[in-house]
Amino acid sequence: MKFWRVPLDTEQIVVTRGVVHIIEERCKGCGYCIDYCPRGVLEASSRFNNRGYHPPVAKQPDLCVNCHYCEAVCPDFAIYSVEAAAQSISEHPVK
Amino acid sequence: MNGSTAPKHPLDGLLRTDRIPHIWCPGCGIGTVFSSSLIAISSTGKDPANTAVVSGIGCSGRGAGYVNLDSYHTTHGRAIPFATGMKLANPELTVVVFSGDGDLFAIGGNHFIHAARRNMDLTVICVNNLNYGMTGGQAAATTPHLAKTSTTPRGNPESPFNLPLLAYASGATYIARWTMLHTRDLTQSITEALTRTGFSFIEVLAPCPTGYGRKNRLKATDMLKIYQEKAMVKNGINPAETILDLEHGITLGKFVEYDRPTYAENYKAVCGE
Ligand code: SF4
Ligand code: SF4
Repeated sequence: MKFWRVPLDTEQIVVTRGVVHIIEERCKGCGYCIDYCPRGVLEASSRFNNRGYHPPVAKQPDLCVNCHYCEAVCPDFAIYSVEAAAQSISEHPVK
Repeated sequence: MNGSTAPKHPLDGLLRTDRIPHIWCPGCGIGTVFSSSLIAISSTGKDPANTAVVSGIGCSGRGAGYVNLDSYHTTHGRAIPFATGMKLANPELTVVVFSGDGDLFAIGGNHFIHAARRNMDLTVICVNNLNYGMTGGQAAATTPHLAKTSTTPRGNPESPFNLPLLAYASGATYIARWTMLHTRDLTQSITEALTRTGFSFIEVLAPCPTGYGRKNRLKATDMLKIYQEKAMVKNGINPAETILDLEHGITLGKFVEYDRPTYAENYKAVCGE
């Protein structure tokens, strides 16, 4: 993240990061996780799962902040996030 | 996929995973409400093994078949009487009724009002998808005025129930309404309902893209957009003032919470042990 003036406490601020996992065979391709991820991490893949749906794929995995919203909104128990090592805010990627 | 590295969803422990994927259609909101309910059950701090889930008939009624706890898939409209019996036989149990608008308010409507009147210590979660999904998208007691369904092709001439007002007038002591998009508020309401004593009612709007959605030209994501744009959170508002109108606004929030003696407490006081 870039700042026009760097806040004094930049070094102490850490941004939570997450790793998103997709259980492709459970997905029914509704797209809710893609539409409502606040960080735009996901997109529909061109692959089919064995039921003929397009599961999501993490196109920008580094942007995930482990908010679990995809996990909460998915009607099919097909996606979840787990916490990854935190980063300082200056190394955090911009959306 | 290699079995040992197969990803495991955090709710797998509460799910009968051999039955997943479930039968709910792509984009159906019931799964999200079910997921919120499972998160709430696991976050109360109580032993989930002491929780029983009871469902009636219909798409939402399938919930009981997917939860890896004691559960009961009852006859049509009768989830509340079965739940009442369970609670009276074993007062230590936390009893959750997870069912749909048709099951709870059409065929089961009288059971609902009497359990609320008695302040039975139950948590009733009603997934409201505005129609009878499982049987082909017919008009229900919750279908909005003028909405199209397979039995109202010119638009619904009837008016729907206002469920929070119905619950309030009947005597429910906790009443909230959310949509499946408001998962965090919903989970919090269910958690509150599970940890309090008395008749708690939570209505949750969920899209039925196959039934209601197709007839009203609303894709699943259109319905979510309506939830997002029309939601008006008004905690504590009089249930008579809540509205559910996909064009003009949907009142959400925790509307009512108060204490009065439960059925079991009154029974004990009047009739003894
Ligand atoms: S956890 Fe949040 S940020 Fe990460 S992919 Fe899911 S919705 Fe996006
Ligand atoms: S919300 Fe779930 S079912 Fe829908 S596309 Fe995402 S992973 Fe698939």
